[in-house]
Amino acid sequence: MSMNNVGRPTAPNIGTNDTGPMTSTGNRALMLEEVLIFEKGGVDRSGVDLESVPEFTSRLGGLERTEEIGLFGLSEAETVRHYTRLSRQNYGIDLGFFPLGSCTMKHNPRLNEKMARLPGFADIHPLQPQSTVQGALELIDQLAGWLMKLTNMPAVAMSPKAGAHGELCGILAIRAALEARGDAREVVLVPESAHGTNPATAAFAGYKVENIPANASGRVDVDALKARLGPDVAAVMITNPNTCGLFEPDMKVISDAVHTAGAFVYCDGANFNAIVGRVRPGDLGVDAMHINLHKTFSTPHGGGGPGSGPVVLSAALAPFAPFPMVRKVGGEYHLVEEENADAEAANSFGRMVAFHGQMGMFTRALSYIMSHGADGLRQVAEDAVLNANYILRSMEDVLDAPFAASGPCMHEAIFSDKGFADGMTTLDVAKGLIDEGYHPMTMYFPLVVHGAMLVEPTETESKRDIDQFIAAFRYVVQRAKDGDASLSTAPHHAPRRRLDETAAARNPQLVWAKE
Amino acid sequence: MSRYFSEDHEWIQVSGTSATVGITDYAQGQLGDVVYVETPEEGKALTKGDDAAVVESVKAASDVYAPVDGTVTEGNAALADNPALVNSDPEGEGWFFKMELSDASQLETMMDEAAYKAFVEGL
Amino acid sequence: MRYLPLNHDDRRAMLNEIGVNSIDDLFIDVPKEAQLSGAIEGLNDHISEMAVERHFHGLANKNMVAGQGPFFLGAGAYRHHVPASVDHIIQRGEFLTAYTPYQPEIAQGTLQMLFEFQTQVARLFGTDVANASMYDGSTACWEAISMAGRITKRKNVILSGGLHPHYVSVASTMARFTKDILDIGMPDENGDADMARLLSSVNKETSAVVVQYPDIVGNVQDLRALSASCAENGALLIVVVTEPVALGAVTSPGEMGADIVVGEGQSIGVGLQFGGPYVGLFGCKSKYVRQMPGRLCGETVDAEGKRGFVLTLSTREQHIRRDKATSNICTNSGLCALAFSIHMTLLGEKGLRHLAMLNHQKAVSLADKLHALDGVEVLTKQFFNEFAVKLNKPSRAVLHELAEQGILGGVSMERLYPGKDALENIMLVAVTETSTDEDMTRFVSVLKELVA
Repeated sequence: MSMNNVGRPTAPNIGTNDTGPMTSTGNRALMLEEVLIFEKGGVDRSGVDLESVPEFTSRLGGLERTEEIGLFGLSEAETVRHYTRLSRQNYGIDLGFFPLGSCTMKHNPRLNEKMARLPGFADIHPLQPQSTVQGALELIDQLAGWLMKLTNMPAVAMSPKAGAHGELCGILAIRAALEARGDAREVVLVPESAHGTNPATAAFAGYKVENIPANASGRVDVDALKARLGPDVAAVMITNPNTCGLFEPDMKVISDAVHTAGAFVYCDGANFNAIVGRVRPGDLGVDAMHINLHKTFSTPHGGGGPGSGPVVLSAALAPFAPFPMVRKVGGEYHLVEEENADAEAANSFGRMVAFHGQMGMFTRALSYIMSHGADGLRQVAEDAVLNANYILRSMEDVLDAPFAASGPCMHEAIFSDKGFADGMTTLDVAKGLIDEGYHPMTMYFPLVVHGAMLVEPTETESKRDIDQFIAAFRYVVQRAKDGDASLSTAPHHAPRRRLDETAAARNPQLVWAKE
Repeated sequence: MSRYFSEDHEWIQVSGTSATVGITDYAQGQLGDVVYVETPEEGKALTKGDDAAVVESVKAASDVYAPVDGTVTEGNAALADNPALVNSDPEGEGWFFKMELSDASQLETMMDEAAYKAFVEGL
Repeated sequence: MRYLPLNHDDRRAMLNEIGVNSIDDLFIDVPKEAQLSGAIEGLNDHISEMAVERHFHGLANKNMVAGQGPFFLGAGAYRHHVPASVDHIIQRGEFLTAYTPYQPEIAQGTLQMLFEFQTQVARLFGTDVANASMYDGSTACWEAISMAGRITKRKNVILSGGLHPHYVSVASTMARFTKDILDIGMPDENGDADMARLLSSVNKETSAVVVQYPDIVGNVQDLRALSASCAENGALLIVVVTEPVALGAVTSPGEMGADIVVGEGQSIGVGLQFGGPYVGLFGCKSKYVRQMPGRLCGETVDAEGKRGFVLTLSTREQHIRRDKATSNICTNSGLCALAFSIHMTLLGEKGLRHLAMLNHQKAVSLADKLHALDGVEVLTKQFFNEFAVKLNKPSRAVLHELAEQGILGGVSMERLYPGKDALENIMLVAVTETSTDEDMTRFVSVLKELVA
């Protein structure tokens, strides 16, 4: 059997909680318990007032609903309280430091939210006559212009809905380009350290996936890669800076070799924050790269989406970009979609999504980009990299940093669990950090580092906040090295203690059912 | 009746041309709490090294390979409702599937219990 | 740089601590020729908050706002009233600036919300289970087709002619690469011809039949015969819902035997936003749950026995399964799912049913008024809140003239089905609770002049 074991206990060891006597309600002052809407509302309760419906003869063709649906309502006052209480059980960037590696959790300026809510953007329909949405099309065009200049790429596909969707867009463009020249290559190469979406995307697009090993310094093994290139390889998917937080210094060498072998270079742009304004992927031979607007350009992560993943494309791939696209002709903007795709984008591989992509995210991202400008974005990359290196050098005396010796990191610092006392794990450190008031770093990713801890501070943390985090991180790591048993039952102070993920998976309860 | 082991931590219990396959106690210890097992369908033809079954813990999914060539005769239905059997009795009740061997000579390249024990200690 | 906390002294102190002289020393892995020495040419430097606002107001003012006049567009995106508290709650930082609930002990807010959302979607669709959301309806539709292929191990998929053409377009794009075989239809007035095609086409080679309910021209059709026929042939019935408000008035797809129900949840809580971000809804029978794409939230207990929620069955997903995952989708549409869930909670069953009947009544009323005009014919006979209208001339030009007069009158079939001359006189008209009697009167009177 194949072993894919990352050593995470998933059923909690019952510990004792010493947070004082239990209250009769289960509440703890400002930490308030909240039941489900299905346990407090009712099918006959509502928090909206609607005009009454006059008598009329329905035209539902005999399909009128007869059975109860089972949707529970609440008054507006109860609804606001329900969600406010729930919200307080969440950690967010507004509350504190969120050093989640490879996720770029940075400050979300409220100006972006305000701009996205202007009725001229929020209250327009995607199929209005194009003459009535010229401002919206112009906005998309302006954002596209920024993305192309920041990456030095000649084209960008704006419609992908998220990073993984962008990957799919890039891989489909590559597939279409190869098909156009009658080349049926079947293999996509992906480094071991890659995010799981890379191989999943390649497989979703019908490709076979093969791994490329990493070398001892956490970079792609260029010789192994070159040796594997051949007439059956369609593309290489590289993350740069990579998931170990390191820049691939041989990127150009890799691109040249891949191109010589007749294949394409896909770059996962998840970590673009490290280089934005300082390095342009187009100067490194990249053919396609998605840009996570929710990471680098701070459109909010929203508890898990919505994201947005425009894809910049090289000249070789540009003709195959999906529609819709925004085009400007003689001062008028128009969309290239089904009705004019044959005439204006004959080689487009087609449509990826209904309508035109994540407009609400375009608005936020452009607001963020213009607020920074070219000078500010460069500063973003520099401060993000500075903060990460500062953490790396402040921790390496207490925590194993496997690639620290090979030089500076980029926007994130990676550590391993080497040196922890027997039975102590990365998970314990993460849960210990929760008690200290921090969102933990990314854990157990990438798989190439044992018990990996990936720390991405971003540029929006002050030196004071980072110093405080370093002190707390050092303290918790020391507990792990000392074998402090109370760490194995952390967190002690969060809204919940460790949750039993084994029970959840063995007997999935995915919807509420009356006891 | 004899039992053989693979370097991929599968065991195979052979009786004539029939055999039962599962994963070793060492393997279940490495996996942690097993939450789901996908066993192969009856009649599936397997070649040595093929993906034959999937065993999942909360955070990982691992493929179980066919240790030898043959045809599946039965998947362990008990694992559907009780995947924890893989943890509690991996080399007994927690078996994965039964198969009819097509080339018994392949067993000769596999380890016996003592050799497997030494192999695990060397990991 | 108002968002950046570090100042010159901080940077100097940190460089010293790291043991390098300058920031350039941290970028040494980047090849020299790819290092930019200064700001990128052709891009502006940073500007103030006020300057950004001015720029955006300028762009926004060039658009015709749906709420400023009579508005009747649908075709997969609907203008409903969203209560003020929805937008207030989703802007709470704990929701807005949280991420995927990887650490459940400090993400119970998001997790409990997702569990409630999954329950709401499953009940609305009449399915056993639902996931934590997809990007949107069109991508959810492809994911459902892909899932059916994994379950049935077949490649032939029959798409109803009533399926939204963009959804068909997305499926066609993917099928070209995955080698699935799509049998695509064209819409017809009452759906009868299409239903006959579906019933006669489904066979032992069929992986799935995909129908939309209500369909692109607004038809609501009984799906029971089709679901029985699918079951008989070992094919799955996938039902797509682009207007979830309809399910407050009509029998759900799940109750009619659908195996997988997907849809667009934008109508509830999300708003138009020029097409995105929206929220894909995905429900199915529980026996297929391990083949489902996307995130799932499940109930469990913590170490003290208190109920809590976690992301579960993650081994289906890309971060664990890599190239063997059920989908490459990584995120969900969390914030839009939250908006959907809050709005649904405010409505409750009573409110949703009331809202649905209000939509239906207004649509019936407008359909009758339009049908009475010379040169105008309402084609759809049984519908919820949207119907097809045939004019005596190409609809697109008429819609442009309506827009000139401040009326957004509908969606031209010519735009959705280019090159199909038989459809160019037809437009789709949607009516929701946001349309007033005055809006309808004005629309009818202006249209009357345009078709005279």
